This record gives sequence, structure tokens and C-alpha cells, in this order.
Amino acid sequence: MDVKVNIRRYDPDAGAPASFWQEFSLAVPETATVLDALIQIREEMDGTLSLRCSCRSAICGSCAMRVNGHAVLACKTRASESLNSEGVVTVEPAGNMPVVKDLVVDFDTFWDKIRAVEPYLQPQGPEPEGEYIASNESMLHLSSVTACIMCGACVSDCTVLEVDPTFLGPAALAKAYRFTADPRDGDAAGVSQRRLEQLSLPSGMWDCTRCNECVQVCPKGVAPMDRIMALREQAISLGLGDNNGARHAEAFTESVAHSGRLDELRLPVKTVGMFNLPALFSFLPVGLRAMTHGKLPPLVHKSVENVQSVRRLFSKVSQPPK
Amino acid sequence: MKYAYFPGCVSQGGAPELHTATKLICQKLGIEIQEISGWTCCGAGVMQEKNQLFSDTLNARTFAKAEQAGLPILTICSTCQGVMGQANLRMKRDPEYLAQINSYLAEEGLEYKGTAEPKHLLWILIEDYGLDNLLAQVTRPLSGLRVAPFYGCYIVRPTEALDIEEHPERQTSLETLIEKVGATLVDFAGKTRCCGFPILTINEKNSVAMVAKHTAEVKELGADAMVTPCPLCHLNLDGYQPKASKQLNRSINLPILHLPQLIGLALGFSHQEMGLQKHIIDTKPLQLKIGAGS
Ligand code: FES
Repeated sequence: MDVKVNIRRYDPDAGAPASFWQEFSLAVPETATVLDALIQIREEMDGTLSLRCSCRSAICGSCAMRVNGHAVLACKTRASESLNSEGVVTVEPAGNMPVVKDLVVDFDTFWDKIRAVEPYLQPQGPEPEGEYIASNESMLHLSSVTACIMCGACVSDCTVLEVDPTFLGPAALAKAYRFTADPRDGDAAGVSQRRLEQLSLPSGMWDCTRCNECVQVCPKGVAPMDRIMALREQAISLGLGDNNGARHAEAFTESVAHSGRLDELRLPVKTVGMFNLPALFSFLPVGLRAMTHGKLPPLVHKSVENVQSVRRLFSKVSQPPK
Repeated sequence: MKYAYFPGCVSQGGAPELHTATKLICQKLGIEIQEISGWTCCGAGVMQEKNQLFSDTLNARTFAKAEQAGLPILTICSTCQGVMGQANLRMKRDPEYLAQINSYLAEEGLEYKGTAEPKHLLWILIEDYGLDNLLAQVTRPLSGLRVAPFYGCYIVRPTEALDIEEHPERQTSLETLIEKVGATLVDFAGKTRCCGFPILTINEKNSVAMVAKHTAEVKELGADAMVTPCPLCHLNLDGYQPKASKQLNRSINLPILHLPQLIGLALGFSHQEMGLQKHIIDTKPLQLKIGAGS
């Protein structure tokens, strides 16, 4: 099978241009992965091409890079399934991390953020005689998170990291959940509380924009964003609601439970807090501009037809299971 | 063709021009829409953080009402589409979960049988209405207008809730429509990224930075406008573009169109009829370019 591999290359020692595209044409076996093609290029065509790989079986997490614009494991991606109509596959280094050379990126910030969430169990109380006992259920629940191979695909494509490098990011937050949801990790009032307080700070769980990129690109089904949402649920249920994110979710639900729909006018006010004058004033110019264009939400928020049924459903659903 | 219409909260609040434009183009195209009585908010992914069961129950309630009317659901918001698709998937995959939800609905005299398939107008125009039929209605081809697509996360990911495997053409549906109405496509990698709206009230700086990044990028590519099937993206990309300009320290001035407005202009509706004067970013340059009257 003939393929053209278009690679974004970068050599720090070569000076400008900072990065450039180079296309290689080669024949690879029908079953070849993108990684196979890259290795073949390095072995047979250009020995200076730099890339990381080890297991070649989607286990070690070394070979995450962008293929056709999205992060994948190159060893888990068939070349034949990645070609466009001209037979070209585009390969770039992973995003949101500095490029060292060609397809190799610097993982320092990745590991710093993993370390920042204290990725180890912190049991409380006296040590048990034997092992710590955890239910099968709780471990099964965690198995999808522990499947993370730290490849950095989620970090590469995170839309928040793209504009704010201080964000903890999907990998570290999913890792944090792996501990806050572990029954052996202290108790809700102690260690988990402290962990969740930390994670509720700016650059933490509430900064995720729920774009689902990480869920889509994770090669191991960790679904980092879903874990971030679970962290938010844990934080809210522990009463850690003194931040815009938690207030937003509370106020949103309150509005819908009351009227069936969203009260767009009051939501921002409730989110930043009734007494947060600087933030409220920052909404003003936008609100005024909207008003002069005749598109401000109605001042009196109407309820939906038969809103009683919505309110009944809310109270029924919110009752603890019998 | 007749659909159960799910307008979504934003078209009833911050973006009324979307609702108006939708009604007008559907009428013109002969697509009958009947608003689902007493429909509720889809939850927008926010309510799901706090209480997924409640938001899924509300969506099941809406689905049940459409089933009762015997009509497929038409949505006009990427976020509603995605969130309802995800809720639907959870219920269809787990009969016990659906039964639990139906036990709540039973007391309201409703039952969701699991047959609903909410569909965005964007897909309906291509899959149900047909591009040839659409083209036959175009009276003002938007030739010379350079338009960039912006999807909105929820109509792109996660793909399993959007039937992408069965309908791969959905991944390029917006580009298809832009070209079908005669405009020139300005393609860019950011089209499937995030507009930043969900964190607007949580981290405004980051949210506005996303607006700045995408609008400035296509402006540099020479786009006259950007079109989106998501009113939440519209609120941010249009409403917060002035702040984005300030953040970048240069003017951007990129008009943002709702999908039905783009279609409506090509169908011959005026600038005014499509509610373009309601936008924050001045849309007059567009009007001049295509001669869409006042
Ligand atoms: S080489 Fe180990 S995951 Fe790809």
C-alpha cells in the first residue's frame, strides 16, 4: 500500500524556520500502523526523524501524537484508515506541550501536574491487621480510571490548556478522582475533603469547559471529563460550594426545577454571587449592548406550561432511594 | 414533513432571532414544525453535574411528549442536540434506568418508549430534506461571501451519542451547507473546538480567550462571517467578541450567523427578517456584500 506521510518537523539546532512540513512517500504493508510507517521512514529514509515509542501495542503510552489533527496512539492507529482522498496522512507532535524535536514533546508540566494531585493513597486511622479491604464494586468503578497509561493524548487536545497552561488538565484531574473515589483513601470528612478543596481552587476542576475532547481522544476509555464531572458532584455534596462553578450548577438546577427552563438573566448573578460587585459590573457592558440590540432575555421569567409536573418530578427524583 | 419542535432555552431568551429565523425558513421550505407543549430545559450539561437523574427524567418527559404527538424531534442547538442524545443513549442502553425514569413519569401520565431520535436542523436539511431540494429553493446564492464553520462541541463529541458511525457525513455537514448556498468555505482547524461559553461565568478570561482565538484566526483567513448551529456558541462568539478584541488589543469584527440565518439569506429573506440587526457585531458589511435589503 502506497502512503504519503506528511510530518510536522522541528529541529532546535537547525534554527529557522521554527517548524516545517515534510512529506514522505513509501509503501507499507496493508496492516501497518502509523507508527510502523514512521519507524520505516526513520530506518529507511531519514534517520534524523525523532519520535518516541516502546511497546508498539498501546500499553506503554509513549507514542501519543496528533494524526490528522487529533491525538492518538500512533501504534493503535491503522495507516490505511487514516489516509485522506489523496492518500496522505498528517502527523504532528502532541499539542499543549513544548516540542523537543520533531514528534517528541516535553512532558515536564504533565508530570508536575500529576504530582500536584498527590497521586498516592493516604489512608487514615490505625493500620488494619491484614490488607486494606475495598469492595469489588468500588474497584470495578475505578478500573476505567486506573486504565490510564499517561500518554498525554487528553492533555494534547484539551481546549482549556490551549488558552491557559495553568489548568491542571484532564489527566491530573482524572488521576485525582482515582483517589477521591477510592474507599481506602481516608474518609470523606478528612483526606477527600482536603483533596477536593484543593481541586476546587482556580485552575482546578471548575475550569473544565466540558468540551469532551479528552473523552473522545482517550485511547483507554478513561473519559477524563466524566471524572471531572464526578469530582464536581463530590465537591458539591461535601458542601464545597463557595465558588462560581458550584454556584452555577446549583443555580441552573434550581431555575429549571422551579420553572422548567433556564432563567438566563439571573443565572450569571447567582453564579458570581449576589454581592460580588466587581464581577457583576463586568457583565454590565455586555448586558447593555445586548439590550440595545433587543436581545436581552425577558425580565420576567415565565414558567413552562404545566410546571407543577416538573416540580413534582424534581422532588420525586431528589428523594433518597428507599 | 412534520417535526416536533424543541426550541431550547436560548432561542427563547438570549437569541430570539434564532427562533424567528427558524420559523421563517421552515415555513418557506415547507417543513412543518409543532412546538412540543411544555418542553423543558435539556440541562445543557450543567444540570447533569448536579443531578443527572433529574435532567434525564426531564429529557425523557420531552421525548415522551413527542412520541405522543407521533413526530420526530427537531432541535436547533448543538448543545441541546448533544445533551439529549447523551441522555437518550443512557436510557436506551440501560432498560432498568429507563424503567426507573418511567416510574417517575407514570405519575404524570407519561411513558417514554425509547423511540425518540432528536435531530438537529443541520442534519435534517441534509438527510431528510435533501440538498437538491434545498438548492431548488435558493433564490439568492451567497456567492462571494466567505464563511467559516463553527460546530459547537456537543454536536461533534462524543461521537457515540451522535450516530456519527452511521452518518459520517454529519462531520462535514456545516461545510456542505455553506457551499450548497453558494458561499465560499473558509476552513480552519478550530471549527470543532470549544467557544468557551460553559466557563463564561466561571473563568471569563479563558472563555474570552477562546472567542479571541477562533474569531481572529478566521478573520485573518479572510472570512466575512462565521456560521454556527449552536446559539450558546453564538452568545459567546458574538456577544463577547468586543471583550475578545480588547484582550487581543485589536479589532476583530467578525459577524456570527445562526445556521438558519445563513440559509434564510440564501432563500431570499431580508437582513431584518433574519434578525441580523439584533447581533452585537455589526452585520451590515454582510448585508452590503450580498445585497440583502434592509
Ligand atoms: S508504543 Fe507503547 S503505546 Fe504506542
